[in-house]
Amino acid sequence: MLEIRGLRHDYAGRTVLSVPAWEVAHGDACLVLGPSGSGKTTLLNVIAGLATPTAGSVRVAGEEVTRLPPAQRDAFRARRIGLVLQTLHLIGVVSVRENLRLAQRLAGRQVDDARIDEVLAGLGIAKLAGARAGEISVGEAQRVAVARAVVNRPSLILADEPTSALDDANCAKALALLLEHAAACGATLLVATHDNRIRERFARRLEL
Amino acid sequence: MRIARLAFAYLASRPLLTALNASMLALGVATIAFLLLVTHQAEERLTRDAKPVDLVIGAKGSPVQLILSTVFHADIPTGNIGVEEARAAVANPMVASATPVALGDSFRGHRIVGTDASFLDLYGAKLARGALFADEMQAVIGSEVARRHGLAVGATITGSHGLAQAGPAHDEHPYVVSGLLAPTGTVIDRLVVTSVESVWHVHEHHPAARPEITALLVRYSTPLAAAMLPRSINATTAMQAASPAYESARLLDLIGVGVDTLQWFAIVLMASAALSLFIALTSALQERRYDLALLRTLGASPASLAALTLAEGVTLLVTGVILGLALGHGAAHALGLRLAGAGSWPITGLTWAPGEAVLAVAVLAIGALTCLVPAIQAYFSDPASLLAKR
Repeated sequence: MLEIRGLRHDYAGRTVLSVPAWEVAHGDACLVLGPSGSGKTTLLNVIAGLATPTAGSVRVAGEEVTRLPPAQRDAFRARRIGLVLQTLHLIGVVSVRENLRLAQRLAGRQVDDARIDEVLAGLGIAKLAGARAGEISVGEAQRVAVARAVVNRPSLILADEPTSALDDANCAKALALLLEHAAACGATLLVATHDNRIRERFARRLEL
Repeated sequence: MRIARLAFAYLASRPLLTALNASMLALGVATIAFLLLVTHQAEERLTRDAKPVDLVIGAKGSPVQLILSTVFHADIPTGNIGVEEARAAVANPMVASATPVALGDSFRGHRIVGTDASFLDLYGAKLARGALFADEMQAVIGSEVARRHGLAVGATITGSHGLAQAGPAHDEHPYVVSGLLAPTGTVIDRLVVTSVESVWHVHEHHPAARPEITALLVRYSTPLAAAMLPRSINATTAMQAASPAYESARLLDLIGVGVDTLQWFAIVLMASAALSLFIALTSALQERRYDLALLRTLGASPASLAALTLAEGVTLLVTGVILGLALGHGAAHALGLRLAGAGSWPITGLTWAPGEAVLAVAVLAIGALTCLVPAIQAYFSDPASLLAKR
């Protein structure tokens, strides 16, 4: 599902990320661990095609993301990858439903309100569909972010520090949501974090 | 959700700033649109009303005043001239026609013009109903006079002395409406036309009443006359000759100074609006850089982000231009209604001035260029570095 070969990323004359080789099978849930500045977010950006590495290759679902032209990389990311970001959650000026519709449209799909309702109901936030995204609570926004990541049934879900800002109770809930919904749509889950509270939940780990 | 809807949502999320930017732009556009409409219609009217007359011969005084009073019927005359003296001055083969004009009275703000049948020919006026004045104290009335006062053939009207409504009424000398003129789109639509003899008859008791007229409206038979006749009359008689084309051009030049000043004011207003739009978009871009990064993570291309920023600016621009044109036309129409109430210049907002399309395109083009800088910034925004910093 995910294959990394000889990956290196330099920034301002120094190497900020180096992953000689790493593979993740379809449906696996893996943790990328490391202190702040160790290159976790850079790794996710490279996998998502948001950054071009200095050397090496990344293959996702058989497609070598690092060799795709920018426009195809954007389209591939929209269709096959779901992202959950630490604080960069939602477009606040529109409704929760519109946030999910936006993800569907940018993936080149028809708006599918039935799928949106199904995902929101699965996350227990069906009543928030019409709410303005900028006016919901942090916990609710976290769920909406997960809903948006899975709404297009991606092959790979990348989560960047999804729990570091949460207290213990909410941390456990957020992680459970991610694991449960990644499994529900058959996606591979990659969580980048420096939060040691969740390391035991993952059998596979990559230490940076 | 499409880019345009998202742009609209961003604008709607900052209603005050959006309204301020659109209003500033609208005020600039409205001012210029208003000036274009009014000056275009004024020029059109001056040209249309002046066109049939090549030269006006009247009493000495201001030539602009002579033209305004006898051609545009918008000022008091410079005085009277003797009929015989005037006829002698135009007894010249270079003169195709000379139409007498005797002014002095008005009917509810509409000038009563003592003249002959050739006056109607000057403006291409035809009778819609009734007949031309055949006897003294008969009059034909312009279409606007008939419409505004509900007059029909056979109606009786009474003139007031002077050219304002407040003058003493000539109750003892009523006119009978013998005919109604069809609309011409010229000044004659707003006039009451009678014979010169009727005007003399009304003023028989007046000490100054002598066989005098206010002016002669002359048409040349040859263009050569323009070079010779005015000079000859001005040099050899006690009268003055003035060219409507020349004097109305001079008048427009005088008006033009004020119009130019107002246009510069409007341009400064629009430049401020463009600057404000630029600042608003740039600061919105800064506030929204994480939203843009998020859109990139969802698969939006750099071009989509530029389009989003551009769409936001263009929505504001189009709103401002539409609002501005509506305001400009509304103001011109309101002015037209006010002036119509005073029986004066017919100005309407329900028409387009030729420069308005250029105005709209220029504002949209300059505004779009203003939006281009933030749009380019959005295009080159780097989501990866932004995400890595968080």
